[in-house]
Amino acid sequence: MEIPYIVDARPDTGLHNCKLGIWLFLASEVMLFGALFSTYIILRTGAVEWPFGELNVWLGMANTFILIGSSVTMVMAWASLKLNDFGKHRLYLIGTFVLAGIFLVNKYFEYADHVTRGELPSHSTFLAVYYTMTGLHGLHIVGGMVVMAYLLGPGAKMWKTRPDQFSNRIEATGLYWHFVDLVWIFLFPVLYLL
Amino acid sequence: MHSDAAEVKKTIRTYLMVGAALFVGTVITVAANQIHFAVPLAITAALVIASIKGSMVAAVFMHLSHEKRWIYGSLVLTVVFFIVLMMLPVLTTADHIGTPIHAPSALSGAEGGHEGH
Repeated sequence: MEIPYIVDARPDTGLHNCKLGIWLFLASEVMLFGALFSTYIILRTGAVEWPFGELNVWLGMANTFILIGSSVTMVMAWASLKLNDFGKHRLYLIGTFVLAGIFLVNKYFEYADHVTRGELPSHSTFLAVYYTMTGLHGLHIVGGMVVMAYLLGPGAKMWKTRPDQFSNRIEATGLYWHFVDLVWIFLFPVLYLL
Repeated sequence: MHSDAAEVKKTIRTYLMVGAALFVGTVITVAANQIHFAVPLAITAALVIASIKGSMVAAVFMHLSHEKRWIYGSLVLTVVFFIVLMMLPVLTTADHIGTPIHAPSALSGAEGGHEGH
């Protein structure tokens, strides 16, 4: 059975279902991360003292640059499809995938440094919050990479048969990826700088 | 959405400019942190810059500056519930259920009542 309105806009919403669906998913994601930020506020305001300068600001800043760069390449991947330039689209999407991988490698070194110093989540409330929030964010990066890998691999065939639907998939992936960037934009100052 | 190729070409310039602005915003955030302001000022500055950066990502990269009203509707609902979620810490501190009441008259009355049994 053909799923309706995956390419054409529904007359009542003016949107194709893929877009409305990803936005509703992102709304639930806002609440998920919102719950963690809310928990952070409770724990921080209730704490007698809160550590400062525990994390490597320069590594966090480098990761912020990497994610912002990946957001730019992601939106360029979508724009290239709109310009019917599939070659450029692939280059930009590969760029996004690679930047996401570099982000995770940086995160690995950061975690490894903490673990070798015995700074595990059980060490302090701050570290428990740090591992929970950055860990969940890291899982979202991995999720985005899985989707990008599919769209670069077997999913790319759709461009030849149903280009509009493929373009919508890239747009939805982009919306998700920008959200992941958005979360990091708030995580970085909250955990690394304040 | 930008289906017209000429319009997409025009927005590519905007994407690159916003990307550059986000880089600059990050540098300003870290630079402000190195100055070691007072804690309330540092928190305010960092969160204001993060909010500006987040707004740019949402408005330009996520195309929220020109979306359909169904998207805005679902996001308004999300914002309402998000504000409630952020207010939970305030509700927690204002919650007195299970907290002993230290009114002297009430305490003495209760103690007297217990002595009788």
